[in-house]
Amino acid sequence: MTPDTMLKRITDYGSRADPYPLYAELRKTPVARQEDGTYVVSTYWEIHSLLHDPRISSDRRNLAGPWADPDIEEEDATLPPSMIRLDPPAHDRLRRQAMRPFGPPHSPEYVDSLRPELAGIVGGLIDGFEGKGQVDIVDDFAYPFPVTVICRILGVPREDEPRFRDWVDLLVSTLDLAAWDDPAERQRTAQRARLELGRFLGELVAARSRKPGDDMVSALVTGHGPDGPMSQLELISTAVLLLIAGHETTVNLITNGMLTLLRHPHVLERLRREPELAVGAVEELLRFEPPVHLLPQRVTLADIEIAGVLIPKGAPMTLVLGSGNRDPLRFDDPDRFDPERRDNQHLGFGSGIHTCFGAPLARLEGQIALVELARRLQNPRLVADPPPYRQNPVLRGPRHLLVEIDGIAP
Amino acid sequence: MSADGPERAHAFKKGGHIVIVGASLAGLRAAETLREEGFTGSLTMIGDEPDQPYDRPPLSKQVLLGMVPAEHTALPRRREIDADWRLGVPAIGLDLDAHRVRLADGQEIGFDRLLIATGVRARPWPNENERDLDGVFVLRTNGDAARLRRRLAARPRRVLVIGAGFMGSEVASACRELGLEVTVAERGPVPLVGALGGVIGSVVARMHREHGVDLRCRVTVTALEGDPSGRLRRAHLSDGTAIDVDAAVVCLGSIGNTEWLAGSGLAAGPRGVACDAGCRAFDVNGIVTDDVFVAGDVARAPNPLYEYNFLFLEHWGNAVAQAEVAGHNMISCGSARRPHLAIPAFWSTQFGVSIRSVGVPTFADEMMVMQGSLEERRFVAAYGHRGRVTAAVAFDQAKWLDFYRELIMAAAPFPPSFVPVDRPPVMRSMSPEFPDPALPSHGATVTITGHLPNDQRVVFTPARA
Repeated sequence: MTPDTMLKRITDYGSRADPYPLYAELRKTPVARQEDGTYVVSTYWEIHSLLHDPRISSDRRNLAGPWADPDIEEEDATLPPSMIRLDPPAHDRLRRQAMRPFGPPHSPEYVDSLRPELAGIVGGLIDGFEGKGQVDIVDDFAYPFPVTVICRILGVPREDEPRFRDWVDLLVSTLDLAAWDDPAERQRTAQRARLELGRFLGELVAARSRKPGDDMVSALVTGHGPDGPMSQLELISTAVLLLIAGHETTVNLITNGMLTLLRHPHVLERLRREPELAVGAVEELLRFEPPVHLLPQRVTLADIEIAGVLIPKGAPMTLVLGSGNRDPLRFDDPDRFDPERRDNQHLGFGSGIHTCFGAPLARLEGQIALVELARRLQNPRLVADPPPYRQNPVLRGPRHLLVEIDGIAP
Repeated sequence: MSADGPERAHAFKKGGHIVIVGASLAGLRAAETLREEGFTGSLTMIGDEPDQPYDRPPLSKQVLLGMVPAEHTALPRRREIDADWRLGVPAIGLDLDAHRVRLADGQEIGFDRLLIATGVRARPWPNENERDLDGVFVLRTNGDAARLRRRLAARPRRVLVIGAGFMGSEVASACRELGLEVTVAERGPVPLVGALGGVIGSVVARMHREHGVDLRCRVTVTALEGDPSGRLRRAHLSDGTAIDVDAAVVCLGSIGNTEWLAGSGLAAGPRGVACDAGCRAFDVNGIVTDDVFVAGDVARAPNPLYEYNFLFLEHWGNAVAQAEVAGHNMISCGSARRPHLAIPAFWSTQFGVSIRSVGVPTFADEMMVMQGSLEERRFVAAYGHRGRVTAAVAFDQAKWLDFYRELIMAAAPFPPSFVPVDRPPVMRSMSPEFPDPALPSHGATVTITGHLPNDQRVVFTPARA
């Protein structure tokens, strides 16, 4: 196996259930140039260092030389890129504006204030298992929970979910570069899906501009901070990003979490008795089975040398977070799931300025979900191991997780 | 018991006696490291303050704002240390030959190995009569913070902050956040000039003024005047003006707690106790001692990245890292010993801005704004010395500093030639505008103190008319 086809091997659907042996192979070449000119980085310290390197851009407009993409400007003219695809200063401003109603320094208590509501949603979903001998942790729980939460936070009516579902699925599928033979087709699809989502959320933004509520979109519309409000289009881009990122990743966190617990029954049993173990367990899950495995499309602004490899200016890079998290040069016994692991500075939420915006919410959702599943499911048993996986190699997780139960505890 | 060979080292680890003088951050973390690494002998912790180890950074921030009571900043414990605690009794002497520490209550405590972690204290107002006026404060201990908090909560008409180093700026920021009128008197041309230089100091000066601080630079306070009942009423400045104030906070930097070592034969002075990179103390002859170690704010240790100059660092992270090395080395021998080579790092929060630095900004003859903008006070500036990167300072841009730390470790060329995100329209190298090191200054939290263990090159001269 040559290093220049590794990314293809990893994104191949056959590797989805267990990419870790491939990652171990990949780490022998910390920076590996792929056939298409993408540079894949797979070792912890190299990824960590690149995520703090100001010579690395998240803005695809910086792709240069053979990788330049002439269509980008045109695309962005319709709906501007969200902060995840921008560099400072624009990124920093958008993130500050978006953070104002969501977290510190302006709203440090917001996420914690959601706790009772999150517990209520989780409780209701598990109540729905009553009388069933088998449940799908994905469709019956791990998907509806964060969708309901992000809809409430943003102020999207929950019953509108079918309206945005297909567009979200389509947009997420375009993250999977390997699934598209024609890159232009992939980009057109992404573009169209974003626009449709933008149109849908644009209606919400317009409605909240007329009559603000107590949701996050309303707070962003009024935008009383020193940076003022976002522009209408920036707000729509941000809302699209938060809607998707707000649930697509959490589904994986919870499902990977339940799968891992079922594979480690003694931890599941401990969690039942010691709910405080959830904090460390969720951190370890973010390392051991992170919801996001790859960060595609970072771009070099200059020729840079890393791990002895010269990456030319304007080249695309893919950072394999899922591999960095299992790097034995960083973590002792990295393939062991240890909910009490100390010194666990994982890459599950990325690092640097683009560190997951919703991390505090995701942690809380994961902790509440896993504690309640552990506490209430009676004698849960995996129906299939491995379970069927989603196609997507970037947002990696099971598509279904069927579990047999004897019943539920009150 | 000395511990040279592996066997003796093993015996020491099992049954030796270690005394740690200084029960704050460095002392505690060293003790935890000793136990973590298997020291099962006896451990004595001596501290002059009555409380269990507590954290100081919140004292000038959350505590002054009333968000956290001063007595609620106890340091979290990493593990049990099973120590004999002697708190509230300062050490007053050290007999190196007899391996004994003398305490203020007359007790003497023998040791096999000693860790000096006595830290620093606030430099008091030089005039003793004025110092004792009701309304004159310093800020170092939780007691200081509680007293100052009480006074601020009573809403004085105006607070005078003497000295615009990090502490003075943070106190001024807290006063403004509380809606109190505040005057800052600074000897230098701008705040933080001693620590970060005049270019960045000018940015901080604007922050002060835009937040309503009455900032007066290039002046010193010549006298504090009380009323007949001994309450502070007025301050006189070197420009001939006087201001009515109910409270004055003296922020003139710190002095090492080393008086108790006078005559002990160790290389100790107001700028700390000199030690090697392995934390072993130097004696006055420049010979390294076997059984006396130093860590934390009181230590003055050479750093190879800064041309083996001895650095005197008042940094939280340094205290932790150095204490861990000291603890490890106290129970290790030969090649198992590790050097303390951490790159200095520092943070401060003031006027809503998070300031962070890595490296030693004062070890620089050039600087360049690499990312962001000074005008928007959102930037990363790199500092260079003779063509290599030696430090970086970030205002609200902390997440990039890991990268600059790597540049410092690699002695990367200055000015850097790379193209970063968010680069200023014009990138040019300039003088950081540090004051002449021969002039008195108090803002720096890293001081370069020369090469010799006994060197005391930088001497502070208190403000005089």
